Amino acid sequence: MPRSSHSQTAQIPLIAMRGITKAFPGVLANDAVDLEIFRSEIHALLGENGAGKSTLMKILYGFYRADAGQILLDGQPISIRSPHDARNVNIGMVFQDFTLIPAFSVAENIALFLPDLGAVLDLKEIHRRINELSQRYDLQVDPQAMVSQLSIGEQQKVEILKLLLADARLLILDEPTRVLAPHEVEALFRVLDGLRKDGFAVIFITHKLKEVLECADRITVLRGGRLAGTLPRSTADEEKLVALMFEKKLAGLQVSRQQVRDEAAPPLLELRGVETHGEGAETSLQAIDLKIYPGEIVGVAGVSGNGQKELGDIALGMGKCVRGSKILFGKDVTRLSIRKVRRSGVGFIPENPLTMAVAPFMTVLENMALTQTWRYARLGGMRMDWQSVKTDVDATIQQMGFSFSLYAPARSLSGGNLQRMVIVREMTHNPRLIIASYLTRGLDVQSTIAARQALVQARESGAGVLLISEDLEELFTLSDRLIVLYAGAIAGSFKPEETNVFEVGHLMTGSEGQNDKIS
Amino acid sequence: MTLLSILGVLSSAIFSGTSLLYTTLGEVIDERAGIVNLGLEGVLLVSASSGFAVTALSGNPYIGILVAMLAGGLMNMVLGYLVITRKANQLASGLALMFFGFGLSALIGKPYVSVKINSLSKFILPVIANLPLKYSSLFKFDLLIYLVIPVAIFVWWLLYRTRWGLGVRAVGENTDTAFASGRDPRRIRYQALFVGGMLAGLGAAHLSIVYTMNWAEGMTAGRGFIAVALVIFSKWHPLRAIVGALVFSGAVAFQLLLQASGVNISSNLLDTIPYILTLVVLIAWGGNRRHTAPAMLGRVYQGSE
Amino acid sequence: MTKLAETVSHFPAGGQKMLQTVVRYLLMILLAFFMFGLILLIAGKDPLASYKDIFSSTLGSAYGFSEVIVSMIPMLLTALAVALPFRVGLINIGGEGQLFIGAAFATFAALTFPNLPAWLLLPLMALLGMLGGALWAFIPGYLKSIGLVNETITSLLLNSVAPKIIGFLILGFWHSPRDTVKTPSFVDAARLPTFFGTRIHLGLVFGLVLLVIFWYVMKYTRWGLEMRAIGSNSQAAKRNGIPLAKYLVIVMCLGGAIAGLAGMVQVSGFYGTLFPNFSMSMGFMGFMICWLAGGDPLGIILMAFVVSVIYSGGNLLQLTRGLPYSVINILLAFTLFIVLARPTFFKGKKS
Repeated sequence: MPRSSHSQTAQIPLIAMRGITKAFPGVLANDAVDLEIFRSEIHALLGENGAGKSTLMKILYGFYRADAGQILLDGQPISIRSPHDARNVNIGMVFQDFTLIPAFSVAENIALFLPDLGAVLDLKEIHRRINELSQRYDLQVDPQAMVSQLSIGEQQKVEILKLLLADARLLILDEPTRVLAPHEVEALFRVLDGLRKDGFAVIFITHKLKEVLECADRITVLRGGRLAGTLPRSTADEEKLVALMFEKKLAGLQVSRQQVRDEAAPPLLELRGVETHGEGAETSLQAIDLKIYPGEIVGVAGVSGNGQKELGDIALGMGKCVRGSKILFGKDVTRLSIRKVRRSGVGFIPENPLTMAVAPFMTVLENMALTQTWRYARLGGMRMDWQSVKTDVDATIQQMGFSFSLYAPARSLSGGNLQRMVIVREMTHNPRLIIASYLTRGLDVQSTIAARQALVQARESGAGVLLISEDLEELFTLSDRLIVLYAGAIAGSFKPEETNVFEVGHLMTGSEGQNDKIS
Repeated sequence: MTLLSILGVLSSAIFSGTSLLYTTLGEVIDERAGIVNLGLEGVLLVSASSGFAVTALSGNPYIGILVAMLAGGLMNMVLGYLVITRKANQLASGLALMFFGFGLSALIGKPYVSVKINSLSKFILPVIANLPLKYSSLFKFDLLIYLVIPVAIFVWWLLYRTRWGLGVRAVGENTDTAFASGRDPRRIRYQALFVGGMLAGLGAAHLSIVYTMNWAEGMTAGRGFIAVALVIFSKWHPLRAIVGALVFSGAVAFQLLLQASGVNISSNLLDTIPYILTLVVLIAWGGNRRHTAPAMLGRVYQGSE
Repeated sequence: MTKLAETVSHFPAGGQKMLQTVVRYLLMILLAFFMFGLILLIAGKDPLASYKDIFSSTLGSAYGFSEVIVSMIPMLLTALAVALPFRVGLINIGGEGQLFIGAAFATFAALTFPNLPAWLLLPLMALLGMLGGALWAFIPGYLKSIGLVNETITSLLLNSVAPKIIGFLILGFWHSPRDTVKTPSFVDAARLPTFFGTRIHLGLVFGLVLLVIFWYVMKYTRWGLEMRAIGSNSQAAKRNGIPLAKYLVIVMCLGGAIAGLAGMVQVSGFYGTLFPNFSMSMGFMGFMICWLAGGDPLGIILMAFVVSVIYSGGNLLQLTRGLPYSVINILLAFTLFIVLARPTFFKGKKS
């Protein structure tokens, strides 16, 4: 399909971002990034999680202010200090979590954002304007329908209509296809195509290669906060894009991997055909078949948001299996309580310690006991043996070389220390099965080494580990087996030696890999 | 059970339910903006007592009604200050307002207990006057009763057909989204509280100036809480509140009818019907999204607002 | 996380902070008294003389003081009935209703078994009182745990239903021969014993003992630990293996039981009879006290004391100044308003 062939050198970009730099505590989200968007263009912003795509767009939309750099509108520098400013220059953004009001109708949601809304609502006129635009751009939706009854795809249409009726000329879409079914994705692309023809500019943030190649005019790839490259669709292909998205070389850190896995022993954890139903923004897991044997680390690669949280939760016992069964240490535990699961020897390091594992107003020491209250209860629960907790935990802290106060309230700990605290807690009682999500997120080099060491040691003493991570280097060096999670399903499964970063990268982004060896 | 007796129940329900309906309409507006007023009982008492007192002093019930409305609006402003500006918990603040109302109304009303006043005149609509006297005489009502349904329709129009009402409902559904659309949620909430308070005051005025033509301490007898329940029962919708108010206030009248027919059900038990109905309805809707409260109210009930 | 829970974690703090807190509370109470004084002036009464009345009648004599204690007793229990569920993040605003139903159950025992000896009858009444309150709290607790209805709404509705049921029972079955609006006086065996010729009854012991148990359980025991974990972060608690749904229902019922006990204590210890409006908003007052005290046991005792002084003092105010008794509610409300408005007093330091 021929793309519009405007000569970009002659045109001034609608929006130009020059040298945008933004730092958050502990991470440089954007490092001197340049980006240009022209009218009548669909521009894809591609990259892994943490590459800085969302941050960049939130700066453009006024949620953040860049530490350095400039934004130019039609060649003139402008200042965008809030979403209000952004809307004033006709920039609109559709977030991953829709900001629609479910109890309102489509028309009411749109009316809320109309700049020229009359004091008395003329619903007929609003309906007419909605219908006019929705016809024109194939965004068919009933203006009188209540948003809570619409499918996600339809809700997205409403979000786009909202922007259009508020006179947006540049539309930013954050991961628009994450929650869409394939036919809805096609429909969305048709809409974007129609908008492009009418002179709109569209930026869409994504990590999915296939869509980018199908839909975008130009593609900008970010990696690690930096601009990895911008190229027109005509010269782009999967290989090039994956190469830009993922680091080319692997660090040399090779952990000696002898086969520790006991071939004869039954698996510690087995998921058979497990399916879950995600609500709203959650991902539904589809037909997950997974086995973890004693003495092995199974790595799970994937872009965050493709089912990682749900996989970790279902392994722990949180949430229901709509289909399939879960077998832990040989027994069917599909409906077992989390307490019993933990008691049988499962440790769980979740991806977000503050919201998922920690009681913020209690002290660190108290938090340490929460997963094993039965173990430290004395006199039938009338007292807690804090001395023992301290002793046990101190030993692990020493071993890992961490240091944090046991008596401070947990919420006063830094993100990194919270992670360390959770790691200590979960590893202290030598669990037989460890589920670790984003184990080393927020940790410095030394703690990272210590944490990985702990996993390796656990593996060597016969424990099994499910390691969910975004860090491909970590996955490749630590895993005995590697699976890729995409859109809630397992997209591939192999031994690390049999594959490479690019193949995994392909699978993570939804395109087909070259070989699929399942072990 | 003759037609006469049924009409009698209806008449009685309309007479006592008008005050309840005004109050409920006011609370609907407030809750649509995301604020629950547990102090409604106190607001009603202060409005009733001050309206009655001014009527007695001035001899003019219309002035009394206006004063009652103003009093209601002002009482709600106290709640607004605590909840919106000081960000205090809504439930606790409402209860504090309730206690305040108990005391203030007692102080205001004390000199006027059992004082005679000029009330609103009652008249029969021409249409009804054509009916036989035994029927038409049942429907001799005052101005406020005739106005209550138009007012209910007006409240509906206000909430659903004006830009202001859209903003109020948006604030009650998702304050962040309302803010993102360029509105000031705090200002809108104050406005909603004042309008709602005036309506509540109007209901209280009808109670003391017309219905009982008297002031006595604690005379509202739980009507504030009945209104809160009625708001839920009406699914936060002004037009459904009309039906609800009839049902709620009809219960007592119905009991008298039953008694007259020889069936003797305790008035106490009948009084529980509105609440039990509301509870049943709540359970029946369960997780059904169509019938949920304004979304921001959920946070109130969880203690985080 | 609610601001109240934050307050709880700070209270009581060390040395200087504690002093600042005490001073702050004193200033707030003074401000309330000042505002009420203005109201008295407007009403044509002498504020200073009125305050003298209030304090002399309550703190000035042994009997006055004992009356303050008597007044405190139900508040201790109803406040605790809110404080306990609050630890797991539940808002128990149904104390009024639980109070009534507990009293009804206890009354049933008193009227049905008048011939039992006190050492059998009283514990029976207490147990039934707690059972009644627990049942009344179970409804909202259960509905909440299966995700159907919010517990605050259900509790509020049930609050209004309970007094009607009591009215029905009294009018229909339990009324005394001469008086249709209250039950016959309870026999001596159904009355909680009082102390030293005052009206202070055994309910005080219940209240104080339960508060101490509450304090101990929350601070030292395994269940207290798990409850605090739920209150701090319920999703994390769930992932850590703490059985969330079970705790929610059980704790809500316990809260109801304590409120039900308050009902029993009032009809048995104080009134000696049951009549339709006996609660005097004690349930709501308990909610307010718990809120003001941040759910802390010591704070509950202190705030209950302050409120009782105000309420008891109001009695004399009515007699000597010709004001309706209810006017004292204004002073109470001012105190509540000021605490709720969280004034800072100290340069910009917020608690």
